[in-house]
Amino acid sequence: MGDAKLAANRPLSPHLSIYRPMLTMLMSIAHRITGFGNAVGFLLLAWWLVAIAAGPEKYAVVSSFFGSIVGRTVLFLFSWGLIHHMLGGIRHLIWDTGHGLDKTSVEIFALATIIGSTVLTILVWLVGYWLKGAF
Amino acid sequence: MATALKRVRGLGSARSGTETFWRQRVTAVANIPLVIFLILAIVTHIGADYGMMRAFIARPLVALAFLALIISAAIHMRIGLKEIIEDYVHGGAKVIVILLATFFAAGVGLASIVAILKISFGS
Repeated sequence: MGDAKLAANRPLSPHLSIYRPMLTMLMSIAHRITGFGNAVGFLLLAWWLVAIAAGPEKYAVVSSFFGSIVGRTVLFLFSWGLIHHMLGGIRHLIWDTGHGLDKTSVEIFALATIIGSTVLTILVWLVGYWLKGAF
Repeated sequence: MATALKRVRGLGSARSGTETFWRQRVTAVANIPLVIFLILAIVTHIGADYGMMRAFIARPLVALAFLALIISAAIHMRIGLKEIIEDYVHGGAKVIVILLATFFAAGVGLASIVAILKISFGS
């Protein structure tokens, strides 16, 4: 005990690469990735707010970026990540109460997060384009 | 010997007990209505010109919601980023990367707050 060499050579429990990918496992990874993505999105939000504070010229630059194909793609992914992380987070808050931890519920939550986030994101964008008068 | 009670009173090895766990939950709950607000605020202002956008954010209740979102999200983000870093970065580098994450959260949060205050009160 306490021997550094022994500590370095101690057996490790199986890690990610050992297990067959499962939906619930992928959802856990997705929650982490979307959380990180939202951090990048926060930077975009800050850039947008600072540009509004800075004046019309600076705002025009930000607007043209968000209006471009690249900008819209980034915003679409950000909105998806935000909604996905929110639904995934609600799932975690339910688990914190001790409910929904059985196999069936966990699988249902996973599917609800994927389908829910995708449907809601597309809906948000459709409403956005509709309000803009695209159709 | 540390009994379970003594460990609880000493608030564990980090001396902060479940503070981080609980703070992540509080900010998570706060973020739900605030993120819905953000999405609605943006969707209903697609195509709005500069003056309309600025006037909207300058409204006291809107500014309040934005400030609440930014503070809550920045705290939530700092905890989440630290969590990720602790899993993948080790040793001295871990300390530096966590510091950078902290500065990032404080930086984007404060920049956003100053922007909203300027939109609300400044010229």
